[in-house]
Amino acid sequence: MASKVIQALYNDDDVLMHAVKKVRAAHHHIEEVYTPFPVHGLDKAMGLADTRIAITSFMYGCLGLIVAIVMMNYIMIEDWPQDIGGKPSFSYLENMPAFVPIMFEMTVFFAAHLMVITFYLRSKMWPFKKAENPDKRTTDDHFLMEIGVHDNESELAELLWETGAVEVKVTEKDS
Amino acid sequence: MYTFSNRLRIGSFIAMAVGLLFLGIGFVSAPSTVEEAKAMVASAHGDGHGGGHAEEATAHGEEQGHGAAAAHGEEHDASHDTHLLHQLQNRPWSALYVAAFFFFMIALGVLAFYAIQRAAQAGWSPILFRVMEGITAYLVPGGIIVFVILVLSVLHMNHMFVWMDPETVAHDKLLQGKAGYLNPTFFLIRAAIFLGGWIFYRQHSRKLSLAQDESDDNSNFVKNFRWSAGFLVFYLVTESMMSWDWIMSLDPHWFSTLFGWYVFASMFVSGITVIALVVIYLKSRGYLENVNDSHLHDLAKFMFGISIFWTYLWFAQFMLIWYADIPEEVTYYVARFQDYKLPFFGMLVMNFVFPLLVLMNSDYKRVNWFVVMAGIVVLLGHYLDVFNMVMPATVGDQWYIGFPEIGGLLFFGGLFVFWVFTALTKAPLQPKRNPFIEESKHFHY
Repeated sequence: MASKVIQALYNDDDVLMHAVKKVRAAHHHIEEVYTPFPVHGLDKAMGLADTRIAITSFMYGCLGLIVAIVMMNYIMIEDWPQDIGGKPSFSYLENMPAFVPIMFEMTVFFAAHLMVITFYLRSKMWPFKKAENPDKRTTDDHFLMEIGVHDNESELAELLWETGAVEVKVTEKDS
Repeated sequence: MYTFSNRLRIGSFIAMAVGLLFLGIGFVSAPSTVEEAKAMVASAHGDGHGGGHAEEATAHGEEQGHGAAAAHGEEHDASHDTHLLHQLQNRPWSALYVAAFFFFMIALGVLAFYAIQRAAQAGWSPILFRVMEGITAYLVPGGIIVFVILVLSVLHMNHMFVWMDPETVAHDKLLQGKAGYLNPTFFLIRAAIFLGGWIFYRQHSRKLSLAQDESDDNSNFVKNFRWSAGFLVFYLVTESMMSWDWIMSLDPHWFSTLFGWYVFASMFVSGITVIALVVIYLKSRGYLENVNDSHLHDLAKFMFGISIFWTYLWFAQFMLIWYADIPEEVTYYVARFQDYKLPFFGMLVMNFVFPLLVLMNSDYKRVNWFVVMAGIVVLLGHYLDVFNMVMPATVGDQWYIGFPEIGGLLFFGGLFVFWVFTALTKAPLQPKRNPFIEESKHFHY
């Protein structure tokens, strides 16, 4: 179903931040903001819920730690017992210091990679996906704010011009 | 302007008085003859509160500094008893030294942090400069006290630094080889240079910082930037040498190439923690009205990050020595694993596991009581860290957290609080004309 949206373009992140606050203060729902780079504090200004990716990151890190422990125990102790540093104890615990760098690296590896994959999945991004941003300039030097129109087109446009938009247009959007 | 609250001032005096009393008890109760020393150890075992000592009583501790003297055949028994006497006599001195160094190192860590903020021209921190300057004021009395203890060691008032004893050096080939660097005269000259340089920078930077408030251009600020950058170069070299001189030379046979970094990490995290604690205290008293959650958040991030950096260095030092398993290197850890299990592993929990879990969550870094709790544990953990660096070499298995140790903490803690908060009353808590002060006021994360 196509819905009608109003799009305002800005050419400065400070102006955008103020505009977002103003639009929110006027009780309009901002559907999306497209920016060429991450704008500090924009998520809070838009009133977006806090990200939960940190929690997933912690869980992935724990998973990586466990994988490293199990892996090193299998490789170095069980499958082919190794004499580590001239100390043939063949015990995981006594050889543990040698495995700490691996535990650390696997923790970081799992946390980082799985977090990125989670982020892509959550953002519904995959290879060859058609870009969602409505205006190419948002990948260069412009910022775009998108607001749903509910029979209040002229009022919204006026407000957006007031906030310092360099361009305001109304389009149909498939969703 | 900050006024020193009476309660805190009286508290600091009481801490100093009680600390002095406890230290006195420690010094008076130290044995003066071999017989007394043997009687003390025997009764300690009888009472059963020897803790980890009892089972180690047979293990002597030959690997520690005095071990060189102890390895002489027929004289072994007699020299072992003298060794024990020296260890027990060292205990109050070591307790004094550990506490004196610990609080001195906090001031020095803050000074390094301050110089980094200045040299980096950081925008978030100028609002905290006066707090940092207040803490670094302790560098003067703290540095002088540490220097006096070192002079007294050179004068053979104690046996903490075995290489200062010409008799020991005469029987020790390794120490003779190191004598060109490790001799009492050069040792004191170096200490004077280090302390002189650090104290000079501190006083000069403070002067420029105050002058900047009154001036109508940024010339003082620029000068301060240049001095800070220069100081950091000086500090990096001298801090490393200081850690070899003042701590690593307690075990004169043993060496570690990253020891300077390790001590640096310890002082850096302790210093940042104290900045956070003082800021939270002042804020709770209604001062520093422009300091917000974000400043605290940044300090807590540093606490978290440098705690992990400390662990990284601790482990880097440990793992290489553990892996290579070379006798002259592993003795350092053997002594700690055998006789210092609780402080050694307790320190790892307090300095790594605790801050890791408590300060990991972003939101908790803004909760005052969380940061205070983590900060106190981190500070105690780093006291234990210094304890673990000094005690095994000076008192061996005769360690105990008793009167002199607690007395040292109380006395220097009281002196530290008194000196720091007195310095804070000397100037407005917020710099007026720092070019970044507006940015710092509105710092927002």
